Amino acid sequence: MSTILHAKGLNKNFGAVTAANDINVAVEQDSVVGLIGSNGAGKTTFINMVTGYLKPTTGSIHFEGRDITPLKPREITQLGICRSFQIPQLYNSMTVAENLMVGIGIVASSGARWAKSNRLDVTPERAVDAMLEQFGLGDYRDRQSGLLPEGTRKLLDIAMAMVVRPRILLLDEPTSGVSADEKFVLMDRVMAAVREGKVTVLFVEHDMEVVERYTHRILAFYEGRIIADGDPAKVLDDVEVRKYVIGEAH
Amino acid sequence: MKLDRTTIAIGVITVGLLAASPLLPKWAMSLLNVSLCYGTVVLGMMLLMRTGLVSFGHGLYYCLGAYAAGTVDQMLKLPDMALMVAAGAAATGIVAAILGLLLARYRDIFFAMLSLAFSMILYGLLVKSSALGSTDGFNISAKTLFGVALVDDARRYAGFGITVVLTTLSAFALNLYLRSHRGRLAEAIRDNELRVEYMGASVRATIHLHYVISAVLAGIGGALMAINIGHIDPEMTYWPQSGEFVFIAILSGTGNVFAPLGGALVFETIRSFAYEYSPNTWQMVLGITMLVVMIFLPGGLWSLLQRRKPA
Ligand SMILES: Nc1ncnc2c1ncn2[C@@H]1O[C@H](COP(=O)(O)OP(=O)(O)OP(=O)(O)O)[C@@H](O)[C@H]1O
Ligand SMILES: [Mg+2]
Repeated sequence: MSTILHAKGLNKNFGAVTAANDINVAVEQDSVVGLIGSNGAGKTTFINMVTGYLKPTTGSIHFEGRDITPLKPREITQLGICRSFQIPQLYNSMTVAENLMVGIGIVASSGARWAKSNRLDVTPERAVDAMLEQFGLGDYRDRQSGLLPEGTRKLLDIAMAMVVRPRILLLDEPTSGVSADEKFVLMDRVMAAVREGKVTVLFVEHDMEVVERYTHRILAFYEGRIIADGDPAKVLDDVEVRKYVIGEAH
Repeated sequence: MKLDRTTIAIGVITVGLLAASPLLPKWAMSLLNVSLCYGTVVLGMMLLMRTGLVSFGHGLYYCLGAYAAGTVDQMLKLPDMALMVAAGAAATGIVAAILGLLLARYRDIFFAMLSLAFSMILYGLLVKSSALGSTDGFNISAKTLFGVALVDDARRYAGFGITVVLTTLSAFALNLYLRSHRGRLAEAIRDNELRVEYMGASVRATIHLHYVISAVLAGIGGALMAINIGHIDPEMTYWPQSGEFVFIAILSGTGNVFAPLGGALVFETIRSFAYEYSPNTWQMVLGITMLVVMIFLPGGLWSLLQRRKPA
């Protein structure tokens, strides 16, 4: 298996707060990685650095061997690294279909800078229909996205990240705000879409049941550091993880 | 290309106006002329507003287009209508491409005020330049259209004709653009710039492009106005003129390219009649109109037509 994403010695400080402290991660292609950690542990900061929203104070990020640290979010997206947000980022005045069409339109009119895998092989209208179907959003097609229930907004936010057919998908708490019985439905849909497109996934999750069910590997964050990294069962059983992440008294 | 209703309507109106022009009384033709010129400027404002931006200084490009036309006529001695409009479009395109480098970095009130600042700089420059007639401006008179000499009434009809054709062509092109993938980014940017960047498109480049398009439309409107009125002066870039464009844009709404054109016609009609029947209170009439529109039709006059359509 080859490394698709490699973070080397990432540090990020916000004044006195250390949000990333010597983060070293090599992510294998086609793997599903869970990021866990209590509030403020640095999970979102890690995603923000990988997608170019934040520049690390020191360290570098490599995608397929290429240094992407200095690139802008838009350029990183064009390479095939896409994300969803802890708070869904939608076009609130538009319908669900229009939201997706914006992304499809960007892909359809994109130039040579984009990865070949992004090219559309169907009409934009078909592509939107296919995505609605894939994410089970068909019933919401013509509903205004700003007025949707939170779970549906989360799902659309993820679909928006999938529009440009990413190689790496980073999801920030995909199931937060989603009711307990819908969490698995949502994750099943996402994972089905991901498998179809051969996408490497990193996702932040607070629900350990969800993490255990879908990941091949877990990274546990605590105060900006990675305190455990590896096989899900092993990480979830780690003493430090149980203490600082899962919050068990011992 | 699929023909949407707007495109068909634009075609019908163009042909209708051109065919009716020999029958139009002078006052109606001049009312339509002014409305169409204003409408062209406000088409550009509409594109900016869809992108989430309001310019309080679009008089800059309206005036620049007019002065470019005037320069071609008076200084270069090339009094051809088509050349004059082309000069207006080119000059505004170039200036907007340069100023856009700066303006595309700003939003909201900063964008609005910076636009205003640039328009006032042009005002200052024009007032100071005696070669361009200072505060008086100068008269211009287009004598040919595509090289064909025009005398007497023919000149008036040609002016109206070129105004109708260029305004409706602008509306047609803008309608086409707004339906394109790139054009759809306008509202996407207004809604959520972060998501646009995270879908791989450049917000700044798109805003810059829309700024240039809107400036060129204002330049065309200004050049056409210069041709029709036959006189230009620095008032065209003074702040009340820019304010008028914002006024019409808000009155109109941004729902369709017909909104600015219809809105400009309503505005001009109210202004002429109010001016005629109550010369001292016409601003009040316009103010009340705006108040009523903002309270009852926050989407502008266009929403009156929209509501009748089944959703
Ligand atoms: N832009 C910022 N400016 C200042 N401090 C920040 C910024 N972003 C994050 N931080 C701080 O960095 C630390 C890590 O934050 P981060 O958002 O990465 O945590 P997280 O693991 O995603 O937490 P949560 O589970 O609450 O989302 C926190 O202490 C946070 O307050
Ligand atoms: Mg977070």
